[in-house]
Amino acid sequence: MNGLIALVPIPTPNMDLGQIAPLEIVFGAALISVLVEAFVRREGRRRVQLVLVFASLIAAVAALVGLAGTRTLTAQASVAVDGPALFMQGTVLLLAIVGALLIAERSIDPAGDAFAPRASALPGGREERELTAAGWSQTEVWPLFLFCVGGMLLFPASNDLLTMFVALEVLSLPLYLLAGLARRRRLLSQEASLKYFLLGAFSSAFFLFGTAMLYGFAGTFSLGGIADALSGNAGDNGLVMLGVALLAVGLLFKVAAVPFHQWTPDVYQGAPTPITAFMATCVKVAAFGALLRVMYVALGGVRWDWQPMLWIIAIITMLVGVIVAIAQTDIKRMLAYSSIAHAGFILLGVIAVSEAGIASTMFYLAAYGFATLGAFAVVSLVRDSSGEATHLSQWAGLGKRSPVVAGIFTLFLLAFAGIPLTSGFTSKFAVFSAAIAGGATPVVIVAVFASVISAFFYARIIVLMFFAEPAEEGPRVVLPSAFTALALAIGVAVTVLLGVLPQPLLNLAQQAGIFLR
Amino acid sequence: MTPNYYIVLSALLFTIGAVGVLVRRNAIVLFMCVELMLNATNLALVTFARVHGNLDGQVMAFFVMVVAAAEVVVGLAIIVTIFRSRRSASVDEASLLKY
Repeated sequence: MNGLIALVPIPTPNMDLGQIAPLEIVFGAALISVLVEAFVRREGRRRVQLVLVFASLIAAVAALVGLAGTRTLTAQASVAVDGPALFMQGTVLLLAIVGALLIAERSIDPAGDAFAPRASALPGGREERELTAAGWSQTEVWPLFLFCVGGMLLFPASNDLLTMFVALEVLSLPLYLLAGLARRRRLLSQEASLKYFLLGAFSSAFFLFGTAMLYGFAGTFSLGGIADALSGNAGDNGLVMLGVALLAVGLLFKVAAVPFHQWTPDVYQGAPTPITAFMATCVKVAAFGALLRVMYVALGGVRWDWQPMLWIIAIITMLVGVIVAIAQTDIKRMLAYSSIAHAGFILLGVIAVSEAGIASTMFYLAAYGFATLGAFAVVSLVRDSSGEATHLSQWAGLGKRSPVVAGIFTLFLLAFAGIPLTSGFTSKFAVFSAAIAGGATPVVIVAVFASVISAFFYARIIVLMFFAEPAEEGPRVVLPSAFTALALAIGVAVTVLLGVLPQPLLNLAQQAGIFLR
Repeated sequence: MTPNYYIVLSALLFTIGAVGVLVRRNAIVLFMCVELMLNATNLALVTFARVHGNLDGQVMAFFVMVVAAAEVVVGLAIIVTIFRSRRSASVDEASLLKY
């Protein structure tokens, strides 16, 4: 058997370039963006990068719309172009456009954008002061951002574990760096970056070992091939169980499910706020896309083995998220725990194992993503002399000083809490009903309970903003430029629209249908 | 040839790496432990490729090496930056963010 390896002819790769056009556009723009860093003069770089980023993201959306309805495997069956993949990619792209608006903002901070003038300069050192005074800004953020978006587009569409691993790393590595580039509180930012990197690398090693175990069982990395091997062999499955568990650890780390959530609050707090916003939304979409695909396509045959595990993880994720969020005194950490709790709610859609489960998960991700981007955009506006005023006590009485900003933040909090007429209600309703139809009623009961607890701490912040007396030396709300204003407007519009008129997007999610094998 | 021995060795190396990440304190050593985990996986992949008589596992091992190299670039950059601002690479001292 072993001697025959060399004789197998290498097949010609089948690759329809048109079917992966969005990926090509984003990765191509990322490569050009690296060249722009090298060859365009410093004064003109920012403008060129902005044009490149927005043009490529919008072109990718257009290419994606052109692909609507396609159901095929391409690139030697390593990339799936099907409804869920296209829906997830579209969500990632739209969220990335709004995230890019936040990253491009530079009139909030008097010194410029949210990023350190030079990552290698010592925090608080002479070089940093000189560069800040000279008005330097770091446009290297943009190539990193584009590579990250490219990885996120590939992650939910990858149809074999090799592609999925590469996509995981392509999306993670730039994020580790982006997390460490904050202009203010740089020690915190660098610490966040270190923690994210070490834990992220640790979890991808688990993902990889799980991949190796599944390969050992099935002899192939393709998700469909693993499913075939599982259906043909019901008995001996020690390797499978080990593989499923380790693979799930890697993916659940990325979606920030308890007990793999420890990095989330630290990284969300330490990273520059626009990056936090981007990371909290797009990573979650991409990672849930990949989780759904692995669990439904490759491991659907052993669902009775992984479903109970995900039940337990969903329950503890929701409970730990909401209970620890109550005790938080920092607004960014509070939003981080809230995002952990939301990961638990979204897991309800995953454990439903049905077409409705896929559709409701995708709807939830889109609704949650726009509200979260908006919430972090508001956080970036409330500042004092040292940067963002993130301590909760500083937010007291904000509603009296700037009712519009406090009102917008209230809308997002109500959406997180799942109050009717916001997108949060529709999306919670969708995942809860899908989970009940999938037989997970006990988990849904816990979820309703967790929603009630979460409403408590969201309401506490609303009360704090509108009914507490403002502090003497309180923070002020900075008037943003068109970038953040547009991002906020989109966040508000989508949150209200999906609450009042959710049917078009729900229909689209349902039409996206099931995964292609 | 019994592939089992190689798989057991790979699992042992992976476990040593994982325990190392959990108990060691220096960021560089932690990072080396992660690399040990990746290389343990490579051993498993190559062994399984031999068992199944196809090349997929060996191809994957190459990808893992490339990714590990990229991870070294990013990781060392982050660790060196932290070291320059704190004069220490201990992960216990990087504790401004908590609770």
